[in-house]
Amino acid sequence: MEGYAINSLHELSRRQWLVLTLLGASAFIGLWYFLAFIGVTPQKFLPTPLDVVQRFFTLSTEPFVGMTLFGHLASSFHRFLSGFGLAVAIGVPLGLLMATSKVVDRIVTPLFESIRFVAPIAWIPFAALWFGTGMGGPVLIIFMGAFPPVLINTYRGSKYVDVKYLEAAWTLGASRFRVMTEVLMPAAVPSIVAGLRVSAGLGWQSLVGAELIAASSGVGYMMVKGQQSIDTSTVMSGMLAIGIVGLLIDILLRKIQERVSQR
Amino acid sequence: MANISFNAVERVFHQGDKEIVAVGGVTLEVADREFVAIVGPSGCGKTTCLRMAAGLEKPTRGTVSVGGVPVTAPGPDRSVVFQQFALFPWKTVTQNIEFGLRSLNIDAKTRAERVKHYIEFMGLAGYEQGFPHQLSGGMQQRVAIARAYVLDPKVLLMDEPFGALDAQTRVVMQEELVRLARKHPRTVLFITHAVEEAVYLADRVVVMTRRPGLIKEIVDIKSIRERERWDQVERIEDVMDQPSFVGLRSHIWRLLRKQHAGDPQ
Repeated sequence: MEGYAINSLHELSRRQWLVLTLLGASAFIGLWYFLAFIGVTPQKFLPTPLDVVQRFFTLSTEPFVGMTLFGHLASSFHRFLSGFGLAVAIGVPLGLLMATSKVVDRIVTPLFESIRFVAPIAWIPFAALWFGTGMGGPVLIIFMGAFPPVLINTYRGSKYVDVKYLEAAWTLGASRFRVMTEVLMPAAVPSIVAGLRVSAGLGWQSLVGAELIAASSGVGYMMVKGQQSIDTSTVMSGMLAIGIVGLLIDILLRKIQERVSQR
Repeated sequence: MANISFNAVERVFHQGDKEIVAVGGVTLEVADREFVAIVGPSGCGKTTCLRMAAGLEKPTRGTVSVGGVPVTAPGPDRSVVFQQFALFPWKTVTQNIEFGLRSLNIDAKTRAERVKHYIEFMGLAGYEQGFPHQLSGGMQQRVAIARAYVLDPKVLLMDEPFGALDAQTRVVMQEELVRLARKHPRTVLFITHAVEEAVYLADRVVVMTRRPGLIKEIVDIKSIRERERWDQVERIEDVMDQPSFVGLRSHIWRLLRKQHAGDPQ
């Protein structure tokens, strides 16, 4: 559900929309070229867009610090899925439990509220200490980023379910478990999916932060290695890859969200 | 089957420091397999009475018992049909009707047979796999009634079940309910603000007053219905034209109007 913007009276035609998008993109690339050209920084510190694109394609075929760009992406994506999956597997049931049990709510909420404002990357020291450069460190950090939105949205979605469905279920003799799985959960699905979108975005963002320090593969790791040898086009290629994959994840979840809210 | 008995039941709500007496001492006995309708203006506590029988609210004083057992919580022995249907939008017609049966210890075969019986009886054949939002209001309420009857509950509690329907659909549903009540007689507590509906459906009509919610009069319909042979009359509009029907309707209307005249608000 996208609310109506105030200026929705002035709907843009598809063509105007495309022109404006291209205008923004070319202005950005133009400015970038201009800054690289006049040399505000040594050329090494700010590559031109063309350098980045060339480097991107080179990285796609030739291994750099152990793998090609896609190898690093696959490694990052694997960690992302583990952390995100863990956040969903814990966040959804816990959110449902908190919505149905005052006791669980009382125990979890204060803890959760005090931890969730700590930025995921603040856990990097512990991630490194506990897990070294293994899989666990980045997964922990992604989890810290992805977990709060899943929990909050599941909790709110099921807390604000229309009470008539609960009353119907109670008068039909449904057990607490069935109320949770067959009433609260489906009623909260639109809210949960909206939470997944936010959660995936935050998880994917935290991933790179995690890999900058606690990893030996992945896009973040590739960027650190590029930075160490002042290979800025490699760093920017990493940024480009992260942006594209992040966008694809969001598009996929948006499609799911549209499908879900159509019911 | 079982009876419903309200024994000096009071229900007080707190709104800030103010006490609002929704139900101010109701004693009422609904006999086994009797159909009792409660009519009254909005805010007379009629829905609160039903909700206490359902176990969705607790009396402040007094007790509500069903089959001699005091009501403490909601349960499948007291099915409720809600005004807003309250069908689960994410479940099909069949899944909605089957929902309560799955809480009881009934094998899958018997369950399917009972669901099928009510789907056919309520004219829902062909819509088994449809979702509630694909059905009209009348069809949705048929599903809700089937969902309540299929449990074979001790008592049925209907809270203005036809209040959200248009006039034509409402008439059809009233006839359907009479048909259902004849085939499967049950103890029914029926809440409505429509006087004609109450007289047409009920064995007895309870007229309630507002603030505090009290019983003003209990009007016996059954003896007159049987004496005047309304059952022999096929259509609802012809029943409603009978002088005996008109007399009862006017009597109840006057009871309701009197409270309005005496109402300080």
